[in-house]
Amino acid sequence: MKLIIAIIKPFKLDEVKEALSQVGIEGMTVTEVKGFGRQKGHTEIYRGSEYTVDFLPKVKIELAVSDEQVTKVVEAISKGAKTGKIGDGKIFVVPLEDVLRIRTDERGDAAI
Amino acid sequence: MKPLRFLLGVACWLALAGAFSAVRAADAAAPAAPAAPTSEERIAALEAYINNGDPGKSLTGVAGPGHNAWMMTSAALVLFMTLPGLALFYGGLVRKKNVLSVLAQCLGITGLVTILWWAFGYSLVFGTSYGSAFFGGSEYFFLKDVTSAPNTNYAYWVSQNVFSMYQMMFAIITPALIVGAIAERMKFSAILIFVTVWMFVVYFPLAHMVWGANGFMNGVWNGEAKIPAIDFAGGTVVHMSSGWSALILCMILGPRLGFGKEKMAPHSMVLCMVGTGMLWVGWYGFNAGSAVAADGVAANAFMTTTLATAVAAFTWGMLEKITRGHASVLGFCSGAVAGLVVITPACGFVNSTGSVIIGVLAGVIPFLACTKLKSMFKYDDALDTFGVHAVGGTLGALVTGFLATSSVNANLVGAPATKNGLAALVTNGGLWLAQLKAIGLTLVLSVVATVIIAFILKAIIGLRPTAEVEQQGLDITEHGEEGYIA
Repeated sequence: MKLIIAIIKPFKLDEVKEALSQVGIEGMTVTEVKGFGRQKGHTEIYRGSEYTVDFLPKVKIELAVSDEQVTKVVEAISKGAKTGKIGDGKIFVVPLEDVLRIRTDERGDAAI
Repeated sequence: MKPLRFLLGVACWLALAGAFSAVRAADAAAPAAPAAPTSEERIAALEAYINNGDPGKSLTGVAGPGHNAWMMTSAALVLFMTLPGLALFYGGLVRKKNVLSVLAQCLGITGLVTILWWAFGYSLVFGTSYGSAFFGGSEYFFLKDVTSAPNTNYAYWVSQNVFSMYQMMFAIITPALIVGAIAERMKFSAILIFVTVWMFVVYFPLAHMVWGANGFMNGVWNGEAKIPAIDFAGGTVVHMSSGWSALILCMILGPRLGFGKEKMAPHSMVLCMVGTGMLWVGWYGFNAGSAVAADGVAANAFMTTTLATAVAAFTWGMLEKITRGHASVLGFCSGAVAGLVVITPACGFVNSTGSVIIGVLAGVIPFLACTKLKSMFKYDDALDTFGVHAVGGTLGALVTGFLATSSVNANLVGAPATKNGLAALVTNGGLWLAQLKAIGLTLVLSVVATVIIAFILKAIIGLRPTAEVEQQGLDITEHGEEGYIA
């Protein structure tokens, strides 16, 4: 099992969700986050005062998948989030030790 | 806390003394029966009402309903400029942790100045019993004898109590403007004491000089005026005095902690824009109301105020668009306020062309003051009171000297103006020199008085809260409240 963490541009969330549901993903966790990579921030000017805003708004998606789903899920996210411009985000794939569905106490792949 | 307690004590004492003298006045009043006026005189009085002139023998001591209605409306509009117009304009521009401190300062100043005005202020500005060109008189202390009958030194048809409340709204907003320069870092108690002293040393004498019946710089109405200058709605009295004092006070106070290092961006441009709109609407009372009548001069001021403000807002916004690529909401708001400030001394004296010229100048020069001058000299005029009000007020007072024309305001060549030389200056040119003298006097008075008051206060009670308090924000520490929960 793997935990997939993707940081994407906020306006691409719907396309990513659509792409994921097409490969059979039915659940995910989404958080509004801030950060920066190569895209850097922007400047705001209020009359004579200029401020650099480093942290840009991004969306973080987290989802747990079985090993055989990993490739197509990563492809789906990448396809949905891509604009080809700097700041499209990143996808992290992390090994996942165990999963437990609280309602039924199922574990592992069955709980995903 | 001690100075505040002292202030409260003084206020209570004043209240008692005032109430007592008012009761005495009521006892003493004994109306005398006037001789019956002829039909001719009665018709002449009605015509005088339409023409905003002297009613003569009939209708004396009676307020004209139309003029009175406009002046009550105007008084409410000018109060609306401070509460909540200016409070929101400034409140939106500070950081979240200080929004309430700005609102509290505006509210506190409104109450404080009202008490000062009732007790002494109105009389010191609009009285004449001292026979001085610099200070009014004592005849209206505690608003004694200020009734619904007009004070014909200032208006034939407006109740003196309405006139007094209208002028009080100017006295309220002027020190409230200073708050912008010293925002986020001055003790509430120090602000109240500073304002109290400043009103007596700067505002009351200056307002008497410019608008008092025997004022030193009252070119339009005082035939004896030594400087025959003109200031329709308060370019020198309100905007120059507050703006220059604000600059000095903010320099003595020092910059905010972290100034130039931390981000100090406005916490709500939405509130700021809402406040700007209220200022603009309220300013019709300020400018058109300054005719102290619902007459043709007021109508002209209404038009010039609109034109100058809209042009200045658009100019500032477009300058930003050209120089930086974005026309910002703060840019439009700043331009609007700058336009209002610069047209203020001119609005009742210039025509539509003059007001459009003023609008362009108001969009360019305060823009440069706020963006270039401030970064050059690195003073922390937090919300640009100096850049907009001092620079704009000074500019307005000067250009009024070039653009004023008697074709929109016959008072510029009326009897007092002929006597003191104003009429000649308006007709033959050279008024700008008289304006320059008025500017110089206003500037020196504001700067010198503020330096002295601020240093004395600094030595006695201190001007700034501790660094820890400032870091935490003034809302919680000075007022025990938070602007936004969660």
